Amino acid sequence: MVEQVMTVHGELWTVKELFVLPNEYVYWSIQIVMYPFMTGLVAGAFVLSSLYHVFGVKQLKEIARFSLVFSFALLPVAMMPLLLHLAQPFRGFHVLMTPHFTSAISAFGIVFMAYACIVASELWFEYRKHFVLTTQGLAARSARSGFDTLRMHFFKILTLGAMDISEEAVAKDHKAVKKLAMLGIPVACFLHGYAGFIFGSVKANALWMTPLMPVIFICSAVVSGIALCIVCYVVTMEIRKFMAKRKISRWAADKTAPTVTELNSAQQQEIGIVSNYLLYFMIAALTLEILDLIFRGYTQVKSWDILREVIMERDFTKIFIMQYAIGNALPFLMMVLPGRTVRRTTIAACLVIFGVFMMRWNVVIGGQAFSLSFAGFMHYHLPILPTTWETFREGLAGALTVMATPFVIFWFLNKIFPAFLEERKIEKA
Amino acid sequence: MKRRDFMKSTIIAIAGASVPLSALEFIDPKEVLAANPEIHWAFLINTYTCVGCGFCVKACKTENDVPFEANVSRTWVERYVYTKDDRRYIDSPQAALYGFTESKIDLGARLGFKEIDPDNVGKAFFVPKLCNHCAAPSCTQVCPVGATYKTDDGVVLVDRSWCIGCGYCIMACPFGARYFHPVHHVADKCTFCYHRITKGLETACVNACPFGARKMCNIRDINDPITKIILNDRVGVLKDEFGTKPQAFYIGLASEVR
Repeated sequence: MVEQVMTVHGELWTVKELFVLPNEYVYWSIQIVMYPFMTGLVAGAFVLSSLYHVFGVKQLKEIARFSLVFSFALLPVAMMPLLLHLAQPFRGFHVLMTPHFTSAISAFGIVFMAYACIVASELWFEYRKHFVLTTQGLAARSARSGFDTLRMHFFKILTLGAMDISEEAVAKDHKAVKKLAMLGIPVACFLHGYAGFIFGSVKANALWMTPLMPVIFICSAVVSGIALCIVCYVVTMEIRKFMAKRKISRWAADKTAPTVTELNSAQQQEIGIVSNYLLYFMIAALTLEILDLIFRGYTQVKSWDILREVIMERDFTKIFIMQYAIGNALPFLMMVLPGRTVRRTTIAACLVIFGVFMMRWNVVIGGQAFSLSFAGFMHYHLPILPTTWETFREGLAGALTVMATPFVIFWFLNKIFPAFLEERKIEKA
Repeated sequence: MKRRDFMKSTIIAIAGASVPLSALEFIDPKEVLAANPEIHWAFLINTYTCVGCGFCVKACKTENDVPFEANVSRTWVERYVYTKDDRRYIDSPQAALYGFTESKIDLGARLGFKEIDPDNVGKAFFVPKLCNHCAAPSCTQVCPVGATYKTDDGVVLVDRSWCIGCGYCIMACPFGARYFHPVHHVADKCTFCYHRITKGLETACVNACPFGARKMCNIRDINDPITKIILNDRVGVLKDEFGTKPQAFYIGLASEVR
């Protein structure tokens, strides 16, 4: 017999048990777990920002702006795992060139671009006044450094020539923001519900095929997006409080900068309200997920034997302990029990993010844990050390890269769209 | 020219041109042929005559440049063994490239091989498998770039120069007929040896089968002896519940074969 020298795609991380068809491997691995996870965060963050703009939840003013910028930072990252996953990444643009519209993936480019345009224009209207003021402030300076001149021109371009900041014009901006946020909610839901459709419509896969999949995905997307916004908001607020205490950067010169007490009370209020919304969406997501499970168990169609073995036995820890207990029940209790604090909510939000990640994992990897023959199983072993390009992109390192990128982008975006821009400050400038 | 006149003449020009242009569309000979093709390829497998020699797998890999050492295959043979105490064992070691020379059953990397007492064997048989070239394929439906498609004569193919390697078609195929080609890094599958059948030759696997377990035919030609078997005898297809209308027909298909 010929010695085994050529590994095929998927063979590195798949271990087969009993009878699995020769061509079956875990083809959709960690990056496809990351894809719905990251798109979910984008959609969720946007929905949170819209709560303020559309439904006028006034208390959410600060976190709304923050989550809008964060949603924009997450946007390019939603595409990253898909590109990393492709066996031919340089052909990724074919999806835009020759979209084959019977495929659920083909419209991704269009939906994604439409959504990106909405978020970008909403951001522009939100920050136009800031751009104009920055340009004017820099132009008024008599001695400008080269960098400042560059900045001035950059912000001037960002204004797109709309320099009018009269009250009337700014009111129009606000109106536009509201309209875009309204338009954005269905598009954000579509963007993500459609990620659920990609899985739910695969009729060959017994675990994925359910019309509930898009709805489950939307609910868990909003859950994860809100939870991530809570965590990031608290982290940045803690940094600001630290800076306020030590009188660093803005707090050194600016008398109007918010004090520690002000920051504390703002944080408490925002987190209190946002965590309530988090609870509502968690209830919706959990209800649907459990309904799906009960329905499968009750109807017991042909695939149930193998699904039951995967869900109740092989993946029991991942599904019931890690996803439902640690990722859902525990944070739920932490948030509903009396005496809720910011710290407790933040820890709960971290657990919720973990729970949603596990849900994506259990859907994507769990859906490939059994053979199409219904007579065998596949075990997925995540490549840890990136020894080759293949083990990098389809391994832990690739996943961590995808996870870290939005924070890097957010840091840069924050220089252009300051997430904590106080209206007060603009007024005085 | 006034704006009104310009609009008027534009509308007239478009309306006038659309009539002869649509006529061109009506008489496109290619479309007429596609609607009523003279050839529609189908496959017939006789599970009674297959002995699991694996010649078909070897021939296929050789003909279509799928490396022997790669653990994927366009076609494969499965062995089913039922014991008298009602246990079921299935395997297809290396897609049966070297045939079933070992009596032990391959239970995968975790469980190794299992010897079955020959006296305890109730029934045992072999089932060759390949792409079913479905009449309503789910793989071509889900391809986001249209790189995989169905030809007018009923064969599902992949355009290697256009496939982006997303794997959606692999996930969508209920039969596990697709995989990533280890050399070209695109989706790959059985082509019914399209380069051969369009020249009047048999597919490599049909040609290699010493027992005539694999046959091909043009299902539109009712005088073809193989077509006659499909039309007149009791044949079955795999997983018809998915509604893909498989075009590979089986004689002696057991219900346990999935």
